[in-house]
Amino acid sequence: MVWVNAVLQGAMLGGLYALFACGLSLMFGVMRVVNLAHGDLSVLAAYGSVAIFDSFGWNPFVTLLVVVPGMALVGAVMQRLVLERSLRIGPLAPLLATFGLSIALENLLLQIFSPDPRILPIGSFGISSWQLTNQLSISWFALLTLGVAVVVLIGIEAFLKRTKTGQAMRATSDDPSTAELMGIDARWIYTVAAVIAMATVAVAGVFLGMRTTFTPSSGPDYLIFAFEAVVIGGIGSVRGTLVGGILLGIAQTVGAQINTADPVLAGDLFFLAVMVLRPRGLFRSSVLA
Amino acid sequence: MSLLEVDSVDVHYGDFQALWSVSLAVGAGHALAIIGANGAGKSTLLRTIAGALYPSSGSVLFEQRDISRLPAHARVKLGIAMVPEGRRLFPSLTVEENLKLGGFVRRAGPWSLARTYELLPLLGPLRHRSAHQLSGGEQQAVAIGRALMSNPRLLLLDELSLGLAPIVVQHLYEVIPDIMATGTAVLLVEQDIGRAMSAASYVHCLLEGRVTLEGGPAELDHTAVRAAYFGIRPR
Repeated sequence: MVWVNAVLQGAMLGGLYALFACGLSLMFGVMRVVNLAHGDLSVLAAYGSVAIFDSFGWNPFVTLLVVVPGMALVGAVMQRLVLERSLRIGPLAPLLATFGLSIALENLLLQIFSPDPRILPIGSFGISSWQLTNQLSISWFALLTLGVAVVVLIGIEAFLKRTKTGQAMRATSDDPSTAELMGIDARWIYTVAAVIAMATVAVAGVFLGMRTTFTPSSGPDYLIFAFEAVVIGGIGSVRGTLVGGILLGIAQTVGAQINTADPVLAGDLFFLAVMVLRPRGLFRSSVLA
Repeated sequence: MSLLEVDSVDVHYGDFQALWSVSLAVGAGHALAIIGANGAGKSTLLRTIAGALYPSSGSVLFEQRDISRLPAHARVKLGIAMVPEGRRLFPSLTVEENLKLGGFVRRAGPWSLARTYELLPLLGPLRHRSAHQLSGGEQQAVAIGRALMSNPRLLLLDELSLGLAPIVVQHLYEVIPDIMATGTAVLLVEQDIGRAMSAASYVHCLLEGRVTLEGGPAELDHTAVRAAYFGIRPR
């Protein structure tokens, strides 16, 4: 029963990783940009929520109404001011630019919020759970997180498959110059992708902040989990990212059962095993969705 | 009055000059062919008209409007569509999704999904196929349909025959009169001189980025064309 519990808890933790990773996957899939500031941007979203809570005392869930559109705007500005310009220089430039952005964000947050760990308080909801059997219970909050992750990822997949803009995004991902010849403005498509990615990062960041404590330097740890989820699932595949995140979560919690000292290590080993056995990820896909 | 006018256009790739003062004009409902050997600048010219490249001097006029600096995606809205060299279908999209994407700008006109399947009946059974699973001829048909879906006033065809069997090329060229019947002008680039001569009412020959010969297919004599095409001086 301990193991069943570990798998169950892991799957729910993994939902959060998937939520966190889908923006990274989308940005890479559409414009071949590896956003090294991804983790710090999610921490920025969490601190945005903290700032609103400190000033107005809003429930952290309600702060999403401000933080998500705010981060979407950050995405649009980042795309136009940083990524678009660096993409013109070459494929490595965005890597350096986002690395710089990551350091700048971390220090900015350190200046404003101090290095003290913070958490977003959600009251009794954070500790209430659903008692399945004597030894098995599921936290409502964890279940909600997984639910939100599934809805967001299915939403992105449906957007890419069904909508006109989504199809244009897949076409631009395949071949931007030919997409231009079809009347698609690649700059606009890239901006939409960055906006969606940052909106999902905002949700992920606030949920992370409600789940556990964070500091201005928490970003890179989350970035690694997001990377692992994306690579396990297969780069550019939205469905793969969901499965990748869940498997990573399970690997970590099951690993914690075996060796309580370092749960993250098991996740890393699982990631390395996938890299060796299926280097292109479990969901083989060179393209979006 | 011409639909498209290219006026003394120079095009550079960095320091290399690919086109030297090239001029041409296409009227609505007419077909013009550009012939020339590999590297003569045919595709460069077409890509300059489509907006994938900008001229370093000279101008491109479409319906009397200077579009020399207009990005490619904005030119599609005005009614310029291109079938690029090597088809360039979107591999992660199905045939039908590729066609629908051609209609992304929603220009009004005669071409709809149904009409496109009517013109290119081989595509009907393939509509849910992924674009990378098609033969070269099928891909070329999708590329033509995709360009038509934007209801162009001017259709640019870049090397339709490239890498295809003669019989397949024959079938593809048979649809051009149907396209022109809707009032669309066609500008085609071809290495195959015979094919170009029979499809178009006017021919330009490019050699090393310069127009070396032009005229109606009937008035151009074989030796002159060969000289203009290969750069051999007539003896």
